Amino acid sequence: MIVVYILVGIAGGIIGGMGMGGGTLLIPLLTIFCDVPQHIAQSINLIAFVPMSVVAIIIHAKNKLIKGEYFWWIALPATAVGVLASLVIRNVDGEALSKYFGFFLIALGVYQLVSAIIRIRKKSKNKKEKVK
Amino acid sequence: MMKKWIKKIVMVAGGLFVGFANGFFGGGGGMLCVPLLDKALSEQTKVAHATAMLIILPISIASAITYVASGYFDLKLTLIVGGGVIVGGIVGAMLLKKLNSGVVAIIFAVLMVAAGVKLALL
Repeated sequence: MIVVYILVGIAGGIIGGMGMGGGTLLIPLLTIFCDVPQHIAQSINLIAFVPMSVVAIIIHAKNKLIKGEYFWWIALPATAVGVLASLVIRNVDGEALSKYFGFFLIALGVYQLVSAIIRIRKKSKNKKEKVK
Repeated sequence: MMKKWIKKIVMVAGGLFVGFANGFFGGGGGMLCVPLLDKALSEQTKVAHATAMLIILPISIASAITYVASGYFDLKLTLIVGGGVIVGGIVGAMLLKKLNSGVVAIIFAVLMVAAGVKLALL
């Protein structure tokens, strides 16, 4: 079973490292294939994100890709509400939370699918125009 | 150019939304934060991805502390899965340059919808 846990972690990490939201894959892999309770799976994802993102942020900062102005205006209100939301889930049982998470995944997946298709169509259009 | 006060409202409102989702679902905030930065606030995609990570970090740390304090914590499992995540993260960052990320994004999106349907409806 330990091997499965490691493989699930690696799968989530690969998607995360590619900048496509590894947690949204890691959490359902843990609950569906490893029978990890929803609350624990979410806790694992939150903690696992920290070391990976610290390394990535340092690299991005060196490449001057990070804009600090957004930190105060987005991250501060986000963090305050994030803590509140983390307290709210104490009163939500695992089965219900898992269901809500499912709907969240469907919404994110559909959005991702549509925007990926639009991106690919744009790319192939550009290629055709270059050929002309 | 967006008026300054409108921009501030978009940032704070977007932040509240991202923060709630990331705390309630223990993840996924980054996938909401990137479109907030590149679509709503017109940042370049690369800047949006990098800055989203900086924004999610404090939310994740504060939420993780709250989860652990609530008793939602499994040390052994976190270490095993977390180790895998770090290895996978390095591999993913290297693969990013080689693979066609459009195809990967579509496969990943289909997987997400399938997992979502299983959790929400089945």
